[in-house]
Amino acid sequence: MATYTTNQFKSGLKLLLDGEPYSIVENEFVKPGKGQAFNRVKVRNLKTGKVIDRTFKSGESVEAADVMETEMQYLYNDGEFYYFMAPETFEQHAAPLEVVGDTGKWLKEQDICNVTLYNGEPLSVEPPPHVTLTVTQTDPGLKGDTSSGGNKPATLETGAVVQVPLFIQEGELLKVDTRTGEYVSRAKD
Amino acid sequence: MTEDWRPAAQIAVLHRRAETLADIRQFFIDRGVREVDTPLLAAAGVTDRHIEGLREQATGRWLQTSPEYAMKRLLAAGFGDCYQITRAFRAGEQGRRHNPEFSILEWYRTGSDGSALRDEIVELVEAVLGPAPVETRSYAEAFRRQGLPDPLDATDDEILGAATQWLSGPRPIGLDREAGLDLLLSTCVVPDLPSRCFLVDYPASQAVLARLNPTDPRVADRFELFCSGVEIANGFVELTDAHALRARFAEDQAWRRRQGRPVPAMDERLLAAMEAGLPACAGVAMGLDRLIMLREGADSLEAVLAFPWNRA
Repeated sequence: MATYTTNQFKSGLKLLLDGEPYSIVENEFVKPGKGQAFNRVKVRNLKTGKVIDRTFKSGESVEAADVMETEMQYLYNDGEFYYFMAPETFEQHAAPLEVVGDTGKWLKEQDICNVTLYNGEPLSVEPPPHVTLTVTQTDPGLKGDTSSGGNKPATLETGAVVQVPLFIQEGELLKVDTRTGEYVSRAKD
Repeated sequence: MTEDWRPAAQIAVLHRRAETLADIRQFFIDRGVREVDTPLLAAAGVTDRHIEGLREQATGRWLQTSPEYAMKRLLAAGFGDCYQITRAFRAGEQGRRHNPEFSILEWYRTGSDGSALRDEIVELVEAVLGPAPVETRSYAEAFRRQGLPDPLDATDDEILGAATQWLSGPRPIGLDREAGLDLLLSTCVVPDLPSRCFLVDYPASQAVLARLNPTDPRVADRFELFCSGVEIANGFVELTDAHALRARFAEDQAWRRRQGRPVPAMDERLLAAMEAGLPACAGVAMGLDRLIMLREGADSLEAVLAFPWNRA
């Protein structure tokens, strides 16, 4: 069982508290000059996202959570599970729908994603910061209008809907920022 | 390319830091208090429960955690009023307001008048930070104002219960009464103190090297100064009874043994000096880096240190 002592605490460190995986958001060392030292931390529950405060006596050992962030290739989904593959070992991992959540709308087959594993099971999935997706549906824009302002919704091949400039046509490839959900530019195939 | 050869603090801050050090020396020259310099490495460490010293590998000597013992030996030898600006070292203390190596200003005034020493501390702090009202509050009163149990009279269960309630979650493993008081002090009481405030009359259990109050032995003649919620200085009307001090050191050692912590030997040279006779005196240690941090309006020591721990 791996453990950390409080002097190893820093943001991003993964701890197991009350049987749940947490990530340290903030760590503060407090100590009266002559008195007991404490580490006051804010930790985020990696399953629920909830942030809580915990206080440890400095020097205390805390169990490490077996959490690993890995890069994996997205393969496909069957409506119930999303399947990912570790590029070096070809090992496959199935992430249930509820773990993938809203992220699913950015996942394109073959793309490399960040998959967080907890005890070897996917805990969360992060898409690449930019993805290139085909427009499957959008209303026809104004012909020849390549500059003036104005937006319209476009549905992409993965089901995501983004606001695009009026000149974008069905079948075009777009570069989209998955962190903001915004159109960036047209993409050349 | 690595950039950590550069100072963490801006050069202008370090220039002002140099001026502050010069001003402080002038402050003491004007008052006839002599500067001393005592060894950083000593044969004996400290038995303090919550201070871990660092040791030099080749000789096993201890880097000082404060210049207190050496300065008291000078006082016992008849040196008279003295001050020192030096470095102190405490293992494991690292954070926004802690650096394991830090600058300390310590001074002693003969006579046992804590309130005269507090007045002088205010003058020095005002010389660096500018004038501001200073309040004085007893440790117990500061706890009561936060709706916490009376630290002098409450049972252990009441103190620990208050800590649990304050944390609104599980409390740290192995928290005892004193650690519970420390937790409540630094996380609940101090953040709500007036912006410049002396906390006086610490519980006798936290007397350290202060004498017990002659009229109320439940409290020690120990005080601390907090500025903007930052612990700036710790002062004592000094305990002069060598036997009482030996007994306190022995209690610290026994506590350390029970905790499975290292048990440093007592400083016999300090005890011998006290047996020879420490004159009635009051002394204070001030965190210089923190004082300068406040003067700069910074919220981290890194802003005022040339090379903090991770760049040293």
